[in-house]
Amino acid sequence: MNYHWDWAIFLAETPSGRTTYLGWLLSGLEVTLALSLSAWVIALVVGLFMGVFRTVPNRWLSGIATVYVEVFRNTPLLVQLFIWYFVLPELVPTSIGDAYKAINPFLQQFLAAMVCLALFTGARVCEQVRSGINSLSVGQKNAGLALGFTLPQTYRYVILPMAIRIILPPLTSEFLNIFKNSAVASTIGLLELAAQGQQLVDYTAQPYESFIAVTVLFMLINTVVMILMHWVEGRARVPGHSGGGE
Amino acid sequence: MGYEFDWSSIPGALPYLWQGMVLTLKITAVAVTVGIVWGTLLALMRMSGFKLLAWLAASYVNLFRSIPLVMVLLWFFLIVPTLLVKLLDIPRSFDTRLVSAMVAFSLFEAAYYSEIIRAGIRSVAKGQMGAANALGMSYGQAMRLVILPQAFRNMIPLLLTQGIILFQDTSLVYVSSLADFFGTAYQVGSRDGRLVELLLFAGAVYFTISFLASQLVKHYQKRKAI
Repeated sequence: MNYHWDWAIFLAETPSGRTTYLGWLLSGLEVTLALSLSAWVIALVVGLFMGVFRTVPNRWLSGIATVYVEVFRNTPLLVQLFIWYFVLPELVPTSIGDAYKAINPFLQQFLAAMVCLALFTGARVCEQVRSGINSLSVGQKNAGLALGFTLPQTYRYVILPMAIRIILPPLTSEFLNIFKNSAVASTIGLLELAAQGQQLVDYTAQPYESFIAVTVLFMLINTVVMILMHWVEGRARVPGHSGGGE
Repeated sequence: MGYEFDWSSIPGALPYLWQGMVLTLKITAVAVTVGIVWGTLLALMRMSGFKLLAWLAASYVNLFRSIPLVMVLLWFFLIVPTLLVKLLDIPRSFDTRLVSAMVAFSLFEAAYYSEIIRAGIRSVAKGQMGAANALGMSYGQAMRLVILPQAFRNMIPLLLTQGIILFQDTSLVYVSSLADFFGTAYQVGSRDGRLVELLLFAGAVYFTISFLASQLVKHYQKRKAI
């Protein structure tokens, strides 16, 4: 190996002079976190509603939710991202398309990536919510209805509080996935962590240091999220129920 | 609605798109095969009594599962060509991108397959191993002849579903501008200024294949359930 290692490269100034290469990495980390977290919040809301829709006795609602899940789970994330970013602005009424293209490029990329990740992950959350609801015994729902709750009330006060606790572990893995999937946004030019890594390679010609740094940061995110969710799972556990009891 | 669709560039591009699809399917097939074999070995290592082997397998799986596929691909496009040139003494003009992609997907998927296989092996009743031992089989024989055949039968739907996910994920070779199905569609679209049509077409093709495949898996699962 005649590769020349140079870890001090991160402290060197970038050509623009305003920050160091480490600064680039950290700003990439910031974008990755902002993108993933905002998409995650939307995904949870969408997934929760769609998951409920899939289980209600209404053909229209369950039909819509089924189509949503099948479409978003059977097309590659990359294709979805490109459709949001390149195709949709052409298909919406011209005034909206032009307004979108007038905002600054970073925001355009960020919005497209956020909506894309949110709906992609939402379809997966939806399936978790559905399987959580289906795993409860029918007696729970019947008991709620027998007590005079309406169906929405039964969902709100009886079914969902249990179902959500049950699906926390699989939700954790979806939460981890959204950070990893956010790296796909680098393909439309969004300067998140993976893209900053590639930019660093181009500018510094130190590919190994750059990629190692990016990889370590992704692993760090992974570890922090796991610790956080472990704590949440512990807090939300129903005594005598839903696993974890050893 | 200002946009006027013009699908005319697709028929002429079908031969290229077909070549792209063949490449996509090649990468998928190699990654599924190698991924399952290597994934089985990883699962066995992880469940073996040797602490060091178990630790190595666990670290491997955790490492690959904690970084994005895009990063893994970028890593392999960086490392594999250098290694190939060093070890096999191939000419530098040789296009290593396909090999790099196949290696990257195989090693990456093995981490996910090994988790599925580990769960499958665990799902086989403990008495089976005991019975095999009582019949005088060694650990290797018991695994090969008794445990794994049953485990794989239980796992088939999950392994196939993972294969469908992998088929979709191969579109990420876009980062190396390899001409797989998606890459070809994108190139044709930008060449003809018809990105909208080509991207929608690519999406429809991926959807049709993945949807039909997942319906088949569901059907198989129902039939098997008796």
